[in-house]
Parts: sequence; C-alpha cells; structure tokens
Amino acid sequence: MSKSLLWRATKAVFVRELRSEFRSRQALNAVALFAVCSIVAVSLGLGPLNRSAELPLVHAALLWIVLLFAAFTALARVFVVEEEQRTAAALRLAAPPHAVYLGKLLFNLLLLCALTVLVAVLAIVLLRMQVRSPGPFVALLVTGALGLVAGTTLIAAIIARAASRGALFAVLSFPILIPLLVTAVRGTALALSGTGWDRCMAPIQTLIAYAVAMFVTSLFLFAYVWED
Amino acid sequence: MDAIELTQISIDYGARRVMANLTVRLNRGNVMVVTGQNGSGKSSLLRVVCGLQRPSAGQVRFIAGDQAVAPAEARQQIGWMAPDLMLYRELTGLENLRFFADVRGLAIPDTELSALLERVGLYGRGADVVATYSSGMTHRLRYAYALLHRPTVLLLDEPSVMLDQRGHELLETVVAQQRTIGLTIIATNDPREQRFADVLIRLEGSA
Repeated sequence: MSKSLLWRATKAVFVRELRSEFRSRQALNAVALFAVCSIVAVSLGLGPLNRSAELPLVHAALLWIVLLFAAFTALARVFVVEEEQRTAAALRLAAPPHAVYLGKLLFNLLLLCALTVLVAVLAIVLLRMQVRSPGPFVALLVTGALGLVAGTTLIAAIIARAASRGALFAVLSFPILIPLLVTAVRGTALALSGTGWDRCMAPIQTLIAYAVAMFVTSLFLFAYVWED
Repeated sequence: MDAIELTQISIDYGARRVMANLTVRLNRGNVMVVTGQNGSGKSSLLRVVCGLQRPSAGQVRFIAGDQAVAPAEARQQIGWMAPDLMLYRELTGLENLRFFADVRGLAIPDTELSALLERVGLYGRGADVVATYSSGMTHRLRYAYALLHRPTVLLLDEPSVMLDQRGHELLETVVAQQRTIGLTIIATNDPREQRFADVLIRLEGSA
C-alpha cells in the first residue's frame, strides 16, 4: 500500500473515531469524570500539604497515578468497542492493519492530551501544585503521554477479545509502563521544583526513546495481533 | 479473480470437528451454495474464505489467470456480508459507506455512494444514523458494504434472512450481476437461494 493510501485510511479511521466519540461521548465522559473525582478526592483527603523538599515528588506521583488509571479507563475503548459492537470484522476486512493502528493511536493521543491538560489544571487549582519550570513540565507531560499511548494501544488490541478485559489490560500494561512511570514521575518532580532544561533533558530524552521504541514495536506487531 | 480452490479444509471448535477435508474449486461466473444444519460450519466456511478465521487444516487459494494471488491482495477483492456483520450504529448509512471506501483507498464520489444505497433499497435513508434502521434496512446496508468495492469474490451468508419480497429481488439482481464479474459463495438453507447453485455443497455436521 502506498504512503498516500495509508495516510488516507489512517485519517479515515481517526475521523471515524472522533465522530463516534462526539456522538456518544462515552470515553470523554468516563475519563473526565474519573479525573475530576480522583483529583477532588485526593485534594479533600490530603488537604493543604506542607511545603517540603518532597512536595514536588508527591505532586508528580499523584499526577501520574491519576493519568495512568484514567488511561486504563479510556485507552482500551477504541478496540473494545469494536469487539463489543461487532464492527471489528467489517473493519478487519476493509482496512489495512497499519491504518487501523495509526488512526486509533492518534485518537488515543488526542484523548490523553485533553485528559492531561484537565488533570494538570485540576492539580494546579485543587492541590495547589506549583509549576516552577513550565517549559520542561509541559515537555514531560507531552512525552509521557506519547509513551503511555504508544505502550497501551497495542495492549488494548490484544485484550479486546478477552472475557475479563479491564483486569487484563491493567495486568499486561503495568509491567510495560513501569519504566515510563518512574521516569515521568522523577522528571515531573524536577520540573515542579524549578529545575531547568539542562537537568530535565535526560528524563525527556528517555521518555522520547521509550515512546519511539514502543511505537515501532507496536507497528511491527499490530498486524499479527489484529488479524489473529 | 478467476477461481478459488479450497483444499482439505477442516474446521474445529475445541474438540468438535464441524467440517472435515472439504475440497472444491469454484470458477469465475459460478455460484456455489453451501447448505447444512445449524452448526454445520456454513458461516465458518465463509469466514475462512475471507480470511476472518483460520481453518484448522487445509488451505484457500485465490487464482487470477494461472497465478496464485497473495491472501492480503485477494482480501481487497472480497465482499462479505452476514447477519453478524455490524456497521457503525452511530454513523449514517452514507457515512459508513464513505468510511469503508476511504479505508479501502477508493475515491468514490457521494453521488455514487447514494446510487449504491438506492440500488440496495435505501433510497432517501442515507442521511439517517444506522441505529434508527430496521433489521431489514440494516441488512440492506450490509449489501452496500459488501458491494462497495465491486468485489470479484462475493460471500453471502444467509443473504435474505431479514429481507422482504423486494429484498429477494435485490438478491437475484446481485447474484446475476456478480456472475458477470466474478464468483459467489452463498451459505443458506433457503430453497429459493439454492436455485442459484452451479455447485451445491451439503455439509453433514449437525447442531
């Protein structure tokens, strides 16, 4: 398949996901509700935290925990819904596997970016999280979100046909995401505490490398997962 | 596609063998009708032919001229419809066809898509979301999905199961037109559809 046809098919899958989401709002509602409830519960439970050297690390850990579990709630939906509504066979027969993967990956990325903005804003407002280095903070969120989406989209395709999908998604994704989470939490803590680009570049580069490795691996493996 | 060869096809579900060693060749212009009791493997056979399911044993070969066609390439020439084929309920009929045309890389104008909807009996309903369709209309949209890319291999599973009398006329037209461009396999127990058969296969498995 030529690149232009692949791009056209990818765009069609992405637009179809967007259109379906705008009409049903299932994923967006579920994720937004989860994010708001989590941050509000944390802010009520912890109350105002005392300023200490560990505070940025606590905020970073809370931020990424909420993002991780919201991702578990939302990112598998793109494949699970195809199986539940039995549209997967029609898609399998018509669409090139790479276009399906890329279109759904782009949709998941958009969804997670929206979620990340929401969670970050809520954390700043409700947890009084101070962002002392905004540039590195945004870069870490973006590269972390890229890695999270790249790491989980293939797993979503794997678990979509399983009976106990929710638990399986978390069980399979978590070991893969540990390196990402450790790096993202430590990097975000650095950015929150005011560390500049020079020291934040190492975690950002690690997250980029992670995202690229997961993306390339997933791209190679997806056709086998999707068609078997 | 000029022919399909099924060689020693067997289909198992766990320890239960529903089809054993089916070997048959179907040539361009012909219609093969597969009959049998519920659970005899009719639908499974069609899913094996279109690549949605692997056979437990045997192979499916697609032939153009005297050359075997790669399965991925052959898949682009297959049109499949079945009662369990679902299209996107939150999209309109026209949006569904536009989506499947785009993912197949086909540049089909909306006027042609509307004409296809009219051909399958959904004239004027293309702008309605599929969730509002009756079961018969949904089945007609499945015809449009299967015929969208002018397939040379058409697989029809219970093609008239939800259709009215005019639906049967649609099926007759579709099968007649398909004879001119390729080959057709129909899985059915309806005697009216068995009349189309150039090759008739009765599967012996039971429910």
